[in-house]
Amino acid sequence: MTLGTTEATASTLLTHAAGLHARPTLKLTKLAKTFAAKIEIAVKSEGPWIDAKSVVKVMAMKAPKGSTLHFRAEGDKAAEVLAALVALVDRDFDEGAEAETAGAQADG
Amino acid sequence: MGETRCIGRSASPGVAIGTLFVLETAIAGRRGTGTPEQEDTALGDAIEVAKAELAELIGQAEGEAADILSFQVAMLEDEELAAPARAEIAGGVAADLAWRNALDAQIADYAASDDEYFRARVSDLADIRDRVLQHLSGAQVQALPGGAVIAAEDITPSRFLSHDWKSGGAIVLSKGSPSSHVAMLARARHVPMVVGVDFDTAKLKPGAPAIVDGAAGVIILDPEAESHQAARTRVADDKRLAAEAQHFLKRPAVTGDGSAVAIYINVASPDELAEIDPAICDGIGLVRTELLFHGHHGLPDEEQQHGAYKRILDWAAGRPVIVRTLDAGGDKPIPGLTIEESNPFLGLRGLRLSLKRPEVFRTQLRALCRAAVAGELKIMLPMVTVPAELAEARAHLDAVVVELAQAGIAHRRPPLGIMVEVPSVAVTPERFAADFFSIGSNDLTQYVMAAARDLNSVAHLADTGNPAVLALITRVAAQGAARGIEVSLCGDAASDPALVPHLLRCGLRKLSAAPAAVGRVKAAIAGIDLRS
Repeated sequence: MTLGTTEATASTLLTHAAGLHARPTLKLTKLAKTFAAKIEIAVKSEGPWIDAKSVVKVMAMKAPKGSTLHFRAEGDKAAEVLAALVALVDRDFDEGAEAETAGAQADG
Repeated sequence: MGETRCIGRSASPGVAIGTLFVLETAIAGRRGTGTPEQEDTALGDAIEVAKAELAELIGQAEGEAADILSFQVAMLEDEELAAPARAEIAGGVAADLAWRNALDAQIADYAASDDEYFRARVSDLADIRDRVLQHLSGAQVQALPGGAVIAAEDITPSRFLSHDWKSGGAIVLSKGSPSSHVAMLARARHVPMVVGVDFDTAKLKPGAPAIVDGAAGVIILDPEAESHQAARTRVADDKRLAAEAQHFLKRPAVTGDGSAVAIYINVASPDELAEIDPAICDGIGLVRTELLFHGHHGLPDEEQQHGAYKRILDWAAGRPVIVRTLDAGGDKPIPGLTIEESNPFLGLRGLRLSLKRPEVFRTQLRALCRAAVAGELKIMLPMVTVPAELAEARAHLDAVVVELAQAGIAHRRPPLGIMVEVPSVAVTPERFAADFFSIGSNDLTQYVMAAARDLNSVAHLADTGNPAVLALITRVAAQGAARGIEVSLCGDAASDPALVPHLLRCGLRKLSAAPAAVGRVKAAIAGIDLRS
C-alpha cells in the first residue's frame, strides 16, 4: 500500500466462510460509499476491476472464500480508504454468524 | 387410490400436516406499452414503490429477516441493477419485458455458479424481479392460507416473510436449496421445508391433504389414515420433546441415579458457533477440519488455519476443544488432495492420506500448536489402523514443535489422541499409546457390520446398537479407565436418545453430540437409571 498519494492499491485474503455473499457485500459497499474516492475491487490483480460501491456488481463477482480481494482507490485519502476496506474484510465483516453449513455432515 | 410419496432434500426439520396450496409463479403481463420515456418512468416508479414496500416490511422484521430485506433494498437502490433494462427500454422494449430480461440474465448467472451460496441468491433476485413486475402490471399477490403446505418451484424470502407461520404449515419446492435465505428463515422459525422434490408443481392437486417430514425430506400426498395418525403422534411428540430438551439444555447432564456425564459438541466451522451458547456444553469433542479445505483456491495456509482454530478456542473460553486432523477421503473427497478409488472407505483416507502428504499434515500441526496457546486444544488423528501410524504422526508433531521453538514462535504441544473407528484399534486398544481415545461410532459400525452407512438397502445392518459394536465400545472404555486416559464418543450415536443409554452402559461418560441434539440427549440421560 502506498501512502500520501492520490492513488493506492491493497489486497487481502477473504476468509469469510460463505465468500463475499449478501451480508458481507452489503457491508463492504456501504463502507465504500462513505468515501468520495473512486474505489474498485477485483479478484485478480490484473482485473477486471469492479466498482466497489455497487452491491449489484460486487455480488456478481461471486468471490468465494479463499479469494484474494484486490482494491484500488483514486482520489481523496486513497490510502486511508483502502486501509478501512481491508480492515473490514480482515475483521471478517464484524460477524461470526450467518454462514450456516448446509445440513450437518454425518461423521465419526 | 393410495397415498403418494414424494422425495426431496431436507432444508428444515419438523413434521407438518396441512392442505396443499400450489403457488403460481407466473405474473400477469401488462396491457399496452408507451413511449420509451413513459416506459422508463414506469420502471422507475415501480422500483420506487417496491423499495417503499420493502422498507415497510423491514420495519416489522428483525434480525436475519431484516438483513435479507435490506439486501434487496440495496440491490434496488443500485442503478447498476436496472441499467441493462433501461438500455433496452431506450431501444424500444417494453418496461416489463426489459426488466424481466435484465433480471433473468443475472439470475441465470447466479444459477450457473458452482457455489451453493451464490446459487441460492437466485431466489432473492427472483423476489426483486417479481416485486417490481407486480407493480408494473398492477397484479394482485395471491394470499397464502394459514397452516397450508405451500408447494412451488421456488419461493422468495419476502413471500416467506409476508406469511404468518404461527398456525403451522410447511414449504415443499421442486427447486430451491438448503442454503437459500428462505431455508435459513424456515429453520429459524421451525417451519418444515423440503427442496428439490421430485414432483411437477403443475400436476399437483390444490387442497389435497399433505404430510411433510422436513428432516427426512418426504412429502405424503393424500395420506392414508395410518400415515395421518403416525404424523399426528410425531407432531405431539416433537412438541413435548422440544419443551423437555429446552428444560435440560443448559443444565449439566446427570443420570437419574446421579452419575455425571460430560456432553461435548461436534462442530465443522467457527462460523456455526456464533449461534451456539457455550453454556450448553462441556467443550467441543470434535472439530472437523474438512470444511477449511474446501476453498476454491487450493488448500488453506497456516495463517488461515491458525485463525480458524483460534476463533474456536476463543469461543470455548477454556473448555477443552478436540480438533481432528484432516479426515479427507471416504465420503469426504477434497479436490487436489484425495484420489479416486474403487472403494474409498477402504482406501487412502484420514491419517493415511496425511502421512502420504506430510507437507499438508505439518502445516496443520503447526497451526494447531500455535493455536493451542489460546486454550485447551487437543489433537485427534482419524482412521488410525496400526500403532506405527500413531508413532509416525507423533514424530511429525515432535518435529513441528522443535521448528516452532527454534523460530521463537509462541506455541504449546497439545495432547495427541486417536479416533477409534477401525476395528483393529477397537479390538486391541492397549497397543495404541495415545493420550486419549475418541470412538467414531459411524465408521466403527460400518466396518464392524460391513454395511455402508449411506445405503438404504443395508441401513438395518448399520446399527451402532448391535451387541458386537457395543462390545467393542465397552472394551475401549475399559482400556481407557485402566490406563487413566479419557474416552469419548463422537459419532451420530451420541446424538441419538435411543442409543445413549446403551453407550452409558458400555462405560462411557463423555459424549460429543450435534449441537442441535444436546438438549434431547441431556433429557434422555436424566431418564436413565444405571442401577437397573
